[in-house]
Amino acid sequence: MEQYLELLFKDYTLQIITVGTAVLGALCGVLGSFAVLRKQSLLGDAISHASLPGIALVFLILGVKDNNGLLLGALASGLISAVFIKGIISKTHLKSDTALGIVLSTFFGFGMLLLTYIQKLPNANQSGLEKYLFGQAATLLASDVWLMVAITTISVAIVLLFWKEFKIVLFDADYTLTLGFNVKWVDTLITSLIVVAIIMGLQTVGVVLMSAMLLAPAAAARQWTNSLATMVFLAGLFGAISGVVGTAISASANHLATGPVIVLIATGFVVFSFVFSPIRGLLFKQIKLWKNRNDLKLMKTLSFMYEIVKTHDNISHPHKIQLLNNFQGYTKKSLKKLQSEDLILLNKSNWSLTEKGYQVAKNLYSHQES
Amino acid sequence: MKQKIAIAVDDLTVAYNYKPVLWDIDLQIPEGVLMAIVGPNGAGKSTLLKSILNIIKPLAGSVSVYGKSYKKQRSLVAYVPQKGSVDWDFPTTALDVVMMGTYGALGWMKRPGINEKKQALEALEKVGMLPFQNRQISQLSGGQQQRIFLARALVQNAAIYFMDEPFQGVDATTEKAIIQILKELRKAGKTVVVVHHDLQTVPEYFDWVTFLNVKKIATGPVADIFNDDNLTKTYGINYKTSIVQ
Repeated sequence: MEQYLELLFKDYTLQIITVGTAVLGALCGVLGSFAVLRKQSLLGDAISHASLPGIALVFLILGVKDNNGLLLGALASGLISAVFIKGIISKTHLKSDTALGIVLSTFFGFGMLLLTYIQKLPNANQSGLEKYLFGQAATLLASDVWLMVAITTISVAIVLLFWKEFKIVLFDADYTLTLGFNVKWVDTLITSLIVVAIIMGLQTVGVVLMSAMLLAPAAAARQWTNSLATMVFLAGLFGAISGVVGTAISASANHLATGPVIVLIATGFVVFSFVFSPIRGLLFKQIKLWKNRNDLKLMKTLSFMYEIVKTHDNISHPHKIQLLNNFQGYTKKSLKKLQSEDLILLNKSNWSLTEKGYQVAKNLYSHQES
Repeated sequence: MKQKIAIAVDDLTVAYNYKPVLWDIDLQIPEGVLMAIVGPNGAGKSTLLKSILNIIKPLAGSVSVYGKSYKKQRSLVAYVPQKGSVDWDFPTTALDVVMMGTYGALGWMKRPGINEKKQALEALEKVGMLPFQNRQISQLSGGQQQRIFLARALVQNAAIYFMDEPFQGVDATTEKAIIQILKELRKAGKTVVVVHHDLQTVPEYFDWVTFLNVKKIATGPVADIFNDDNLTKTYGINYKTSIVQ
């Protein structure tokens, strides 16, 4: 850790890469929130895989590895795939998952084909295109990172500008139409922003893992809040932290690929959030369930006691605990718990209802009958 | 007395994949009526609303609102979609959803402010949901969600209201509360069109009715046309109003 901080202060390259992965994570988190809420989680996956043939084709045409040129190819190919996906969904009977699957595998397969072809070419420049498969953060240059910062700033500004339109289209598109908004335009804008974010991440995370960058921070953030603004902010924050921590780990541990580490950190956020979030977390849900079940058991015991007691004039008349043996649901622990809540009194092998216990059981009973 | 026509539908035909859903509908809705659209499942009731609102593009036909095309008169029309058409797990609050009713008047990019919030709170009060304004929408009951949708349309302060099954899956109290609001709207001179499923309540709730089963069977005052003949024509089985009423 200390070593890493020292390195971070001295090493300009590491600083640049850290900034790059941080803004990438932040932007992916913000836009991923919209993808998740639009129930189009897999759209990002399809588009990122589909950008591969664009990269390969541009390389074949230009014959050089100009990063920006390759990414423009990726952008074109990604956008074309998005048009295909939307076209297949609207023009055929196929469901969206089928359309995504077809486009993803066709484009990615074609991309891999081109990649293997390129590797056999007698061109000294050929190697290194594989870095777009899994990403290689170390190849980020200062100019790349400044471009990433600019894209992120512009994208976030657009999100803020059209916040209201994005929100209402995501929630209720049909209703938005009746208000006079051009839903198709808003939809296209959201998709375009997502495509740009994906292309921006290709060099760092790669086509295969890119969708995790979009989905993981958003899925984690959704667990902590019921407000869209907070969700988008948290997703951005989780994404940025994943980027920074992932870069740190990969810089400290020799030669660990940065992209996969960042994705794993982001996934860590998801797992943690799904278990520990107080609103929707599994742990708290389970605890609540146990508590309710125990409460119910106690009340059942109490109402059984009430049935015995109500035939007597004196409600505090003690009864043998053995009397409860007809009733399966009680344990020593549950009796003690009832005593601790002042509902019953225990005296050696006897129990008696308190006034409070009698009233609680009586109301419980009358409530059930009504 | 000749009533003004609020909505005029001419020769409207809608088809999904070559199968006609609505066939050559001619329909005139007079201003100030509280109208039910009834018909069996698949009769095209929701589709009729959606094509009037231009959510679905019809194969043929036209719709006019007070004599002009719907696109020019959009601000006069408010829509309450089916409750099930949205994801209620969306991260937002009751107040926020009702505020969406102000977005149309605001237009692009402008943010809702104090004024819009005030309007939304008033609408929430009208539907009896003020105490739930900050509640996450997934934590509302079905009836409460329906009231929120109604409040969102009320905020628009429109002249014409289209509602798609507002009584579906709501409890009796909510149903009474909603119909009360609809009757108030009619009293204020608004036109209210409701896709409705419960034939028994048609005479009690509505003064105007349209029978629909792909084609328009009949339209007119409930007192004149809500009878065995039209019910039988629409539903295809022998109806006795005595059972219905």
